[in-house]
Amino acid sequence: MSYRFDFLALLPYWREFLWGVLLTLQISATATVSGFIIGTICAIARADGSPFIKRLVATYVEVIRNTPLLVQVFIAYFGIATLGVHVSANVAASIALTVNVGAYTCEIVRAGLQSIHRSQMEAAECLALSRTQIYWHVVIRPAIERVYPSLTSQYVLLMLASSITSQISAAELTAAANRIQSVTFRSFETYIAVGFIYLVLSFVVRAAFALFGQTVFTRRRKLGTAL
Amino acid sequence: MSPIVKLTDVHKYFGTYKVLEGVTFEVPRGGVAAIIGQSGSGKSTALRCINALEAIQGGTIDVCGHAIQDPELNRRALRCDVGMVFQSYNLFPHLTVEQNIMLAPTCVKLMRKPQARDLAHQVLAQVGLAEKAEHYPEQLSGGQQQRVAIARSLAMKPKLMLFDEVTSALDPQLTGEVLKVMEELARGGMTMILVTHEMAFARKVASQVIYMHKGTVWETGSGTMLDSPRTAELRSFVNNGL
Repeated sequence: MSYRFDFLALLPYWREFLWGVLLTLQISATATVSGFIIGTICAIARADGSPFIKRLVATYVEVIRNTPLLVQVFIAYFGIATLGVHVSANVAASIALTVNVGAYTCEIVRAGLQSIHRSQMEAAECLALSRTQIYWHVVIRPAIERVYPSLTSQYVLLMLASSITSQISAAELTAAANRIQSVTFRSFETYIAVGFIYLVLSFVVRAAFALFGQTVFTRRRKLGTAL
Repeated sequence: MSPIVKLTDVHKYFGTYKVLEGVTFEVPRGGVAAIIGQSGSGKSTALRCINALEAIQGGTIDVCGHAIQDPELNRRALRCDVGMVFQSYNLFPHLTVEQNIMLAPTCVKLMRKPQARDLAHQVLAQVGLAEKAEHYPEQLSGGQQQRVAIARSLAMKPKLMLFDEVTSALDPQLTGEVLKVMEELARGGMTMILVTHEMAFARKVASQVIYMHKGTVWETGSGTMLDSPRTAELRSFVNNGL
């Protein structure tokens, strides 16, 4: 074995790497925010909705969690096109990842909701709070605070899994790498570099979540203890 | 004086198990009623029925003009008139003491934050915890947490306060500080119903003692009833407690 690494060959392509990074972040951020909203709504619906709604949400969650992400991405991409709506690969990728991570978020947040003791809701009820107020102030906030570490892991995984959308040529980081290696023929170096970039991105995303958590969950910041 | 709470022949089942079998009593405005009895006698359930936390299957309950048995009962209006304190405090752990107290006045009565904060400090002073406003519940002792829970209820200016075994999780010293707050409330004219195992407190503070046994009011009278019970059941209950 006498392979000679040549990372310098990649240097002229730094702009493409950068664009890839930005798109990866954009797609994952979009899916994280919208997936979080969808997942939280689904979790509440699954905990407290009518039997029909509960079954509907359960079906959504089970279908998504028991099919490969790659297949979901293809279905989103070709499915939307079949409907006659023209969307770019990036948008299709964002939609697919949103739907996917929404299902996982639903299950994580549901665990959080179940961890809130009934007596908390009873106390809030006895203070004349409305159902919505109880959910907002007494249930959702502490529930999300409790499952925040799991949510963080899920969204870091999502960022890494977004590499799959290179398969529908969404122009994110892995797609950029595919292009670069096909031009430079430096496949090994390219994917090592990309792997390293993903590693850095993961740390950055984790740090961002930690910082956000410290800001939102005041109690945790002041006492430094888990809820 | 017209009663503020009136239970008439109240029946309550959990499945086929009868918890309340025809409970009847009333509490006048400003009265302090202590409900005592063995575990399983239905005393906590009776209290929870008064605040519509449990549905009843028979009889009527009138609380400050609200008909609890009415399927159309406006629960939120009822809870504006009735405060309730629980054995396990049930403070909201993610909120500071002050935020715990401000939540209901700002959400329900649409009070502005500065006023709500003033109110919070006022009720905290009332329970002797003015300096704990910024603390989180977990930083307080059990007795302090329970006094915050009382203050949280008081902030809603209820006409009636329900206490469900509020000192059962506390050691004698902490029990003492909570009972002191409750005694002051009683002296201030608050109508109170408490489920309790504190016989001395019942004897001293209650204007009315209700002994429940097997889901009914077995014996009722003033605090001195505990010194000379008429029924054998109350006699044995009181003696066991000593």
